[in-house]
Amino acid sequence: MNTPPFALHSNLMVLSPLILLAGSAVVVMLAAAFYRHPRPVMMLTLAGLVLSFASLFLSQGAGSPQVTALLVLDHYALFFIGLIVAATFVVVVLCYRYFGGDESRHEALYILLLLAALGGGVLVASSHFASFLLGLELLSISLFALIAYPRFTERPLEAGIKYLILAGFSSAFLLFGMALIYAQLGTMQFAQIGALPAVFERGLDAYGLAGLSLILVGAGFKLALVPFHMWTPDVYEGAPAPISAFIATVSKGAMLAMLLRYFVVADAHQSQSVVMALSLIAVVTILAGNLLALRQDNIKRILAYSSIAQLGYLLVGFLAFGAMAVEAVAYYLAAYFVTMLGAFGVVTVLSRGTPEQDSDMLNEYAGLFWRRPWLAGVFTAMLLSLAGIPLTMGFIGKFYVLIAAVGASLWLLVIVLAVGSAMGLYYYLRIIAVMCAHGSEAVTGQMAAPKVKASLAESFTLAVLALLLIWLGVYPDPLIRMLETTAVHLA
Amino acid sequence: MILSTLIFILVAGGMLSWVVERWRPGSAKWVALTTVGIELLLTIWLWLQSASAMALPAHGGWLAELRAEWIPRFGVSFHLAMDGISLILVVLTAFLGVVSVACSWTEIQERAGFFYLNLLWTLAGAVGVFLALDLFLFFFFWELMLVPMYFMIAIWGHEKRQYASIKFFIFTEGSGLFMLVAILALVFVHYRSTGVLTFDYFELLNTAMSPSTELWIMLGFFIAFAVKTPIVPFHTWLPDAHTEAPTAGSVILAGVLLKTGAYGLLRFVVPLFPQAAGYFAPVAMALGAIGILYGAFLAFAQTDFKRLVAYTSVSHLGFAVVGIFAWNPWSLGGAVMQMIAHGVSTGALFVIAGILQERTHTRDMHRFGGVWGIMPRLAAMGLFFAIAALGLPGMGNFVGEFLVLMGLSRVNSVLASVAAVAFVTSVVYALALVQKIFHGENTQGWQLHDLSGREMATLYSMAAITLWLGLYPQPVLDAAPSIANRPPAIAVAHREGNAE
Repeated sequence: MNTPPFALHSNLMVLSPLILLAGSAVVVMLAAAFYRHPRPVMMLTLAGLVLSFASLFLSQGAGSPQVTALLVLDHYALFFIGLIVAATFVVVVLCYRYFGGDESRHEALYILLLLAALGGGVLVASSHFASFLLGLELLSISLFALIAYPRFTERPLEAGIKYLILAGFSSAFLLFGMALIYAQLGTMQFAQIGALPAVFERGLDAYGLAGLSLILVGAGFKLALVPFHMWTPDVYEGAPAPISAFIATVSKGAMLAMLLRYFVVADAHQSQSVVMALSLIAVVTILAGNLLALRQDNIKRILAYSSIAQLGYLLVGFLAFGAMAVEAVAYYLAAYFVTMLGAFGVVTVLSRGTPEQDSDMLNEYAGLFWRRPWLAGVFTAMLLSLAGIPLTMGFIGKFYVLIAAVGASLWLLVIVLAVGSAMGLYYYLRIIAVMCAHGSEAVTGQMAAPKVKASLAESFTLAVLALLLIWLGVYPDPLIRMLETTAVHLA
Repeated sequence: MILSTLIFILVAGGMLSWVVERWRPGSAKWVALTTVGIELLLTIWLWLQSASAMALPAHGGWLAELRAEWIPRFGVSFHLAMDGISLILVVLTAFLGVVSVACSWTEIQERAGFFYLNLLWTLAGAVGVFLALDLFLFFFFWELMLVPMYFMIAIWGHEKRQYASIKFFIFTEGSGLFMLVAILALVFVHYRSTGVLTFDYFELLNTAMSPSTELWIMLGFFIAFAVKTPIVPFHTWLPDAHTEAPTAGSVILAGVLLKTGAYGLLRFVVPLFPQAAGYFAPVAMALGAIGILYGAFLAFAQTDFKRLVAYTSVSHLGFAVVGIFAWNPWSLGGAVMQMIAHGVSTGALFVIAGILQERTHTRDMHRFGGVWGIMPRLAAMGLFFAIAALGLPGMGNFVGEFLVLMGLSRVNSVLASVAAVAFVTSVVYALALVQKIFHGENTQGWQLHDLSGREMATLYSMAAITLWLGLYPQPVLDAAPSIANRPPAIAVAHREGNAE
């Protein structure tokens, strides 16, 4: 710590979003220990999230964004913390009825969610390998427990163990990569890595390059990029639906935001071989994600493969580098958050509760349009957004990524993105087609699907997500303006 | 203002018919009819208003324009404008809108509110496509009209509706993505040479490009329009989609959606890439000519009424493609004429197919026969539109095909003579259609009631328009020539028009 003491106050102010998240985790834990009722605990959690979100505005401009060598809460970090906190808010709302409402004892879930959100927040604000690892582990460890939360059922446990093993591996890769880079460069701060004279121009030696690629492998696991994607469909399928939403959004989004910062700040894109490797991964990810989704019959698996493909699209924007790339990735991530939360939200609302009985088979959605038109409408909007059809955020996001990629003349990636999106249409349309089936097929759907009534909070959340999706899809200007300042501060 | 109203009315009418159906079942069709009726009146009023303005070259042929900021970050504006060609296509869209509401009147019983929502939104998307002059906005409408069309086929379609609707959507949407990439490439080429990021049509018109870049970008646009028009190797979605769609869907597909492809070629491909379109024209014309013959041959081989008509569309739109790429005043006038005439006559054939299917629940031509004896009014209209489709003089299609061939023969007489063979082949399929359905023995013992007043009104008005187009085509041809000016002239004239 080399910060002068008088800066302590402003540093605390700057850190307030993270401090509040950590604080509310403690408060929620204490509350749950003394008063075991889910409702007040959930309310406290929501209040903590709201406070943390509000403090983003306090933090902005309260002082120098660099707090110690570890964390930097610039506009970029604040934007993503905001996104993470908002996504966690939605997940908390979705969890409440799903896990049994006031009748069951699921208070610990909220503590874990808050901790995971804190991990994500630290991750996007990290400017040093130490904080990077710290954030990542905080996120991963909370996620093991979250995935396997319904611990008396088989599928979540299996998914939790799968995730545990693979996340352990990926952390090991990351650590080893960091060690190698440190061995060569003697620093763990991103900015200093970038400032070292022409590290990447001269070309890293074998150590450094190995380190960088190990970091990419570790990140690839977290982001479920092909060929590190094997765990994704199983974990998404096994985890409780709202938790799948959390993994798809917060965990992946935080990692990608952190990786983008690292690449931009440390100038890693100067290394030809890294860019080549990433381009290859992007191509394979888009194609494999879309191809594997084509023959699935389980909605959660389709969404898992679709999220793999979406990460591939994001990587295309990522590879454009520069200010436009940051904006494109940020917009796309925001769109992706809204869409994935909405899609998994619908699955959650339709499910009875325990993940053994999640409504995730395609045939349970037959004729949903005629049974529950609003829910089916929201789901359709989300799927069309994933497919990148106009009027939705997904379209503007894809457009943004394409603009960034065309601006950087990444023709191969652009063509692959177009081909991948065309393939993707098939499985999104398949779900929509099933939902608007009528006649005999719809009857089987009615038989198969459990009749669950959505709570008011759930309906409200889904409605807000759908409105946001369309509003920012038709008039994206406010968000774009915000992102422009974000990008300027990073690049 | 009037331009956004044209789109807004349809969007609002669609919403309203959906809401109203929930209150009072059976009222959606009235709302829909009123909406398209107002739309038609507005467009006709615009046409009458503009008849004098179109004659004035000072306006560069642009009758109305609207421009507003939309996404300044990308240089995207909400830019609508209307010239003669947009105007007549919008009139066609509104007219076929009325027809399609009328022909769904008894066919659509279930979920009628949602049906009319989709129908009107498809029309709104198509009107948007015909009016948009910002490439982003154009793409926006282009993709947007597909979604409600998809729902129309997927929900109210016939037996193989799922297959047909998904195929339709993937073909058109997937090819649209290539167009999006091409649009972005064009915009960035323009951005690099001028430093202005814009999607505006007029700004992009004279972008300097190397010939190979121009060719690649043009191909991106061409593929999207070729799928939609459809030009031959890209046509396979069309027979399925047309056959499986409900009657109104077939009418809108054939009459309006296919025209957006031809319109795209006319409005964007040739003017934006004049040189590349120049090299590419022989290929495109050859594809068009192949489409004319291939469509006609396949039409003859069909046993499904709607499938037959679908293949005739491939053949007829081939003329439009050939006419556009021949790019001289005759062929262009002919292409526009062909688009309008085909929209009406093929729409009418689909209405007839729909009427027969509604009564007999089959489209298989082997099961028909002797319909003339039991439904003389329908049979007469069937004969009328069949000979309109074969291009009998006095009907609109003849004028279009004749002008296209006249223009084409100046450019490429070999292709012109190949295309002229279509006059023979179209006689074969059209007469075979009449023969199989209306003549012969009534082997199945059909007892069907003839046209109702609503059906008669629909078909007679379509017949009247076909005759009018054939006997007095001048109003349509007057509207068309503004595009026949050389492309740069369009932009120059527009700038002068703005300066006033």
